[in-house]
Amino acid sequence: MNIFNIIDEIEKVDPEITERLNPRRAAIKNITSFGSKVAVAALPFALGTMLKRAYGAASTTDVVGVLNFALTLEYLEAAFYNQGFASTGLIPSGNSDYIGVIRRDENAHVKFLQNVITSLNATPVQASTYDFTGGNNKGNGPFKDVFTNYATFLAVAQVFEDTGVRAYKGQAPVLLGNQTVLTAALSIHAVEARHASAIRKLRRDLNQAPNNKPYIVSSASLGNDTGLSLVDANYAGEENVTQGGVNLVTALNVSTEAASAAFDEPLTKDQVTSLVVGSFIVQ
Amino acid sequence: MKTDINPISGGANMARRSFLRYAGAGAAAVAVLGATACHKDRVMVDPVNGSDIGSGDIGILNYAYALEQLEAAFYTQVVATPYSGITNLELTYMTDIRDHEVIHREFFKAALGTSAIKQLTPDFSKINFSSRDNVLATAKAFEDLGVQAYDGAGYLIQSATYLTIAGKIVSVEARHAALIANLINGGSFVSSDQVDANGLNGSKAIADVLPIANAFLKTKVSASSFNYTI
Repeated sequence: MNIFNIIDEIEKVDPEITERLNPRRAAIKNITSFGSKVAVAALPFALGTMLKRAYGAASTTDVVGVLNFALTLEYLEAAFYNQGFASTGLIPSGNSDYIGVIRRDENAHVKFLQNVITSLNATPVQASTYDFTGGNNKGNGPFKDVFTNYATFLAVAQVFEDTGVRAYKGQAPVLLGNQTVLTAALSIHAVEARHASAIRKLRRDLNQAPNNKPYIVSSASLGNDTGLSLVDANYAGEENVTQGGVNLVTALNVSTEAASAAFDEPLTKDQVTSLVVGSFIVQ
Repeated sequence: MKTDINPISGGANMARRSFLRYAGAGAAAVAVLGATACHKDRVMVDPVNGSDIGSGDIGILNYAYALEQLEAAFYTQVVATPYSGITNLELTYMTDIRDHEVIHREFFKAALGTSAIKQLTPDFSKINFSSRDNVLATAKAFEDLGVQAYDGAGYLIQSATYLTIAGKIVSVEARHAALIANLINGGSFVSSDQVDANGLNGSKAIADVLPIANAFLKTKVSASSFNYTI
């Protein structure tokens, strides 16, 4: 495949292609120098992206769609921690600061996203009704004791945080090149990852999950490292060790555990929706 | 102090050789295209003692590669000469993080191929590797810097594929940053030096990150296409 032939072909119907691609022209050449089979595998996708950028970046509608999706998840997380703090005797006083800063951040994310969406002359989605037992408003889901058993509460917290990291990551390409919104989304993404790390460490330190690491350590056959098979789908794909077309385990002679933990994996919007709607988010 | 060993393979160049062999066929074809088309993205190397990351997405990948080289070299030394009083669990964490950073480094090296900046020589003369406080404070500085660097450069990436890869790495760096913060002071994983009142992690421009990284590098890294010259 020769990308320059493709550009030439486009030039026949659109003489201004070079103008349109400029200064994106550099990007075209970049993908041809990605040094391995990576580039070849990624070429059709990358080309589509470049043409999209050349002919117009993501529409405001797309950007608002991402922000409202993010807001939907932040409502979920904020409500979860708010309800946790409202549940007498759930969070030990010695942990209230530790969990409290996470609650503070999730509520701040809600406000921030509402403001950004409003500033784009769009309407923020409304909060939903939640059932943190995962029972879709029956209150009788698999996590029945989520607000009476601290171990269950932290297990659900870990799943929400890890899933949130994956959700933001999956939306980044929609925001390609958008300095303001992409940077903000990446900044929230990093904070969710800090939360995930902290919850994971806390569960280990409390001996609730004695083998937990602050990062997701998958085996070759299972992305989920929580020991809770109920949430396998939340971690599906985390076992990936192939990055940019290169199998890191084979190429670097490292363990699957190290290679999978070194990279977090994205989830699509549809994947995330199916994980939370009709269970935690009442439908 | 030898900091360029590959702690995973145990040998200096084993992993690199196998990686290049693996990637070899694709690289040859790509190199031909690159020779005719890559003038703008040529990586400039200062013959004295510096390296310029270049421009475009190659520049950003080299930027990440430079930071990962620094982190990998640091944790390699931490694991080779653990600080006084290190616990088994702390050593496990340091070893895990070292492995992640080495994988990141080797990934970028392979991905960049002939466009990669050279191997950087670290300058850790100001770090007291026997002191827990000093090692963890340095680790925190590097992890926080890494997160801010990736977050600050994300919008400059032109390829969705590369942006996703950067996203896959930055959240792992943020997990490290939170872990190190918690080791220093339990509960400080989103302290106000890193996370603002909106719940946003800080981000930094390339021109603000590299001077900090360069303080720990004998080989100085510049980014002339991104407003940072040495």
